Amino acid sequence: MTNHWIDLKNADVILVMGSNAAQNHPISFKWIMEAKKNGATLISVDPRFTHTSSKADIYVPLRSGTDIAFLGGMIKYILDNKLYHEEYMLNYTNAAFIVGEAFGFTDGLFAGYDAQKRSYDKSKWAFEMDEKGVPKKDPGLKHPRCVYNLLKKHFERYNTKLVSDVTGTTEAQLLEVYKAYSATGQPGKAATIMYAMGWTQHTVGVQNIRTMAIIQSLLGNMGVAGGGVNALRGESNVQGSTDQALLFHILPGYLPAPPASFGSLAAYIEKTTPKSNDPRSANWWQNRPKYITSLLKSFFGDKATDQNEFGYGWLPKLDDGKPYSWLDLFDAMYNGKIKGFFAWGQNPACSGANSNKTRKALAQLDWMVNVNLFDNETGAFWKGPGMNPAEIKTEVFMLPCAVSVEKEGSVSNSGRWMQWRYQGPKPMGSSLPDGDIIMEIGLELKKLYAKGGVFPEPIVNLKWDYMTNHAFDAHKVAKEINGYWVKEKKIGDVTYKAGTLVAPGFALLQADGSTSCGNWIYCGSYTDKGNMAARRDATDAPNKIGLYPNFSWCWPVNRRIIYNRASCDPKGQPYNANRWVVKWDAEGKKWVGDVPDGPWPPMQNPDGSQREDGRYAFIMTKDGFAQLYGPGLNDGPFPEHYEPLECPIEKNLFGKQRMNPTAPVFGADADAHATCDPRFPYVCTTYRVAEHWQTGLMTRPQPWLLELQPQMFVEISEELAKLRGIKNGERVKVSSARGSVECTAVVTKRFKPLKIAGSLVHQVGVPWHYGWRWPNTGKEESANLLTPSTGDPNTRIPESKAFMVNVAKI
Amino acid sequence: MSKSFFIDTTLCTACRGCQVACKQWHNLPAEQTTNRGTYENPPDVSFNTYKVVRMHEQVIDGKLQWLFFPEQCRHCIEAPCLETAADPEAIYKDEATGAIIYTAKTKGLDSKEIIESCPYNIPRQAPDGTLAKCDMCNDRVTNGLMPACVTTCPTGAMTFGNREDILKLADQRLAAVKKTNPKAVLIDAKTVNVIYLAAYDPALYHKNAMASATTGPGMTRQMALRKLFQPLTRMASHIG
Repeated sequence: MTNHWIDLKNADVILVMGSNAAQNHPISFKWIMEAKKNGATLISVDPRFTHTSSKADIYVPLRSGTDIAFLGGMIKYILDNKLYHEEYMLNYTNAAFIVGEAFGFTDGLFAGYDAQKRSYDKSKWAFEMDEKGVPKKDPGLKHPRCVYNLLKKHFERYNTKLVSDVTGTTEAQLLEVYKAYSATGQPGKAATIMYAMGWTQHTVGVQNIRTMAIIQSLLGNMGVAGGGVNALRGESNVQGSTDQALLFHILPGYLPAPPASFGSLAAYIEKTTPKSNDPRSANWWQNRPKYITSLLKSFFGDKATDQNEFGYGWLPKLDDGKPYSWLDLFDAMYNGKIKGFFAWGQNPACSGANSNKTRKALAQLDWMVNVNLFDNETGAFWKGPGMNPAEIKTEVFMLPCAVSVEKEGSVSNSGRWMQWRYQGPKPMGSSLPDGDIIMEIGLELKKLYAKGGVFPEPIVNLKWDYMTNHAFDAHKVAKEINGYWVKEKKIGDVTYKAGTLVAPGFALLQADGSTSCGNWIYCGSYTDKGNMAARRDATDAPNKIGLYPNFSWCWPVNRRIIYNRASCDPKGQPYNANRWVVKWDAEGKKWVGDVPDGPWPPMQNPDGSQREDGRYAFIMTKDGFAQLYGPGLNDGPFPEHYEPLECPIEKNLFGKQRMNPTAPVFGADADAHATCDPRFPYVCTTYRVAEHWQTGLMTRPQPWLLELQPQMFVEISEELAKLRGIKNGERVKVSSARGSVECTAVVTKRFKPLKIAGSLVHQVGVPWHYGWRWPNTGKEESANLLTPSTGDPNTRIPESKAFMVNVAKI
Repeated sequence: MSKSFFIDTTLCTACRGCQVACKQWHNLPAEQTTNRGTYENPPDVSFNTYKVVRMHEQVIDGKLQWLFFPEQCRHCIEAPCLETAADPEAIYKDEATGAIIYTAKTKGLDSKEIIESCPYNIPRQAPDGTLAKCDMCNDRVTNGLMPACVTTCPTGAMTFGNREDILKLADQRLAAVKKTNPKAVLIDAKTVNVIYLAAYDPALYHKNAMASATTGPGMTRQMALRKLFQPLTRMASHIG
């Protein structure tokens, strides 16, 4: 979230799309209902009328996988009717930037496409630079290649008629949503978007969110109270695990993972540190050298020296251009290329797309270590449906671990709040906290590598001192993440002593090896003032918008609303005086309110003259502006509607390119897919219910929860039920090109067939919480037996939210 | 002064935290259920289930509404079940809170008669005839806590407190909701201590949302007769 949960109450309009917050984030509705009591409009856009829709002022359906078409129509509506926040757009977005001549878009493809590699040469999308190397701008927005005009041209095709044909949403419904939402382009108004996996789990996942980011930027909804682009995280600590880089392409704090071709620290810094020639762009990532060096110091301690590039050579490197995502790892495992596997706190036999492939892949392993609370479908895969234990050689080790309440430590919620939790009951039996298991494995590895081995340095030199009395110490790790001064250093009049914690924040981190920091964005979370995440002061800030700055701690530097200087006009005065986030105090020469995005004064003086010491509001982008045109992603600088891998229409009505030309496609037998195939005529999506969590490992064995949602089900419309002769409550078979699942039919008015390109298209939906291990009938199985092996080309998250199935009586 | 619940169905998202919290506090076993083609489960209130969130898909003025109704005992001010039982050792009212409490001695009552006396069809019997239903978490309430369902409700759909304050709150919310839903009502507010706010005709939420006409709260002839003889029966039970 750029904003945070409580801030939802400040919105004038709340759009919930790609999420069913009422079921999956129930507490969010405390704040949504507060907003509604204050007169806010709640809009729900979803293929299915959900619990969220039941509370909405406006509900409209759409076909799964057509969000860019839906939102692209809104961009056109905003531009055609000039509903954007003009001053904001001109000052805070790259609307006026001029794009280079090499950029183009024809037949559904952007310039620079290489069909062989299924990738783009992104240099074709670059901005046109002036003699100083700064992007050229046309503040009058007249230049035909300025972003504003290119945006207009790109979305010209997204008229309500065509959008309606693709999405199935009627033109009247589209206009109802467009009108209500874009009314917040008025200065001082705010609209927020709440999305979750319904947006990310697509071959166009990142571009779904990009489209909304464009809308929010046009309407001036970024940085304001009640605004932002807000990802609702699906687990209590997903935000934390992402921040700490539990993904293949990043190191902690969103530093890129190095590929093999970046052979030295200098090369890594050179290649990954953005350079801006505009003195008014803060270009915050120019500090990358400080963060990577401090991270290396944290990894390798005293062994990281100036002479050995702080141990950069010991970091694992990615093969250039090779992805190591979930889909790719299980593909490699399926093809016998991975022999050992730690399944740690996860249940891939049920949780990942195309579970049949995953389960077969597990059978290719020599060994698997299953670290979990209970045995699950993953650890027990060898005796699962369709498996012959006699033929499976995989040796499975079970390491029982402690549940979250049995451990001390922090979780970071969707709003970036790092919240400390104390230990409740002690771990049961021989189960251990994950931290202890990791520490013990690390110590054993160090012992073994001390005797020799291939390339022992990364392990032998790893600083590994996070235990107290032979037990994992969460405080030691938290302090390591915050960072220490490891050498005495004098900056100005202040001398920082070695061994002290870095405070107040990452502005003090150094590139010369005098600081160590496990994660720069968490710098300031644990200081000599104590554990900031453990704070529980419920006093609000002076602006009284629910920031509660002394309750827990929020990255970065306890800033509760990111890009908050954009909530003010260029003179530093808030667009909304009643729910202001920050404002410039000209006498005190400082910002007051939330922690501002940097200390620099506003862009203009009170008389409107420009201040050279001001900095642009969007400090994390190289040029300092919100990117209506974003030349960094793998699949294009503008979002474009592409059909899902499996879809019900032969052609993409927006262009010649049917599916995302850069989305991964896998070729094994188990990766079968079928588009416009009469055997699989219905659009299917997956989702969660309030009563179960993820693959249900922790909830299916709970009798009180199983009582509420006892069985796998499929929701179908009354019309489809009639067509297929299916009665409410009877068991049916749902099948895709990859597998099938038995379900109880829930016949409902909440799904309706949609008219897509003149034909009637039925949609169905299934929850993905079940698995054969429990309930012990073995009949309630995972929805991921149905989902396809493809995903987003940027994140490679699987496309679990739009695929084709059949539903038949058993 | 008695205590009351206010259940604002316009804020209920049917997360069913209340159903689980109720089972947890009362340590009630789960029922063996199946999916019956609906999210609603268990199928009814029972000896082991005091609370069920009812869900109904209704098309109102051409628009689909999914109406949620967390059903439970209303703790009637003049409780027909109590009057029908006429045995304070089996069913009594805690005058301090207004909770209508069933004891183990309900086993000796004519359970069919008690269930039929309820205008909301709430009490349910165990195989041995003992009756049970929501007890207002009277043990929690008399110790200064909120009922378990109220504590767990994430949206504030359920509130609990002194009847006077709750009535005031209910009136305020009714006035606010009426601006967009002119047919909104407080259901049977004068006669019960569990006051629901419904945005539409209560019958659309659940068949027993409103007191049935035949056994409305207040006096049926049978009950009036019993009441007349109450001192006598009470005395008899004491002698017995």
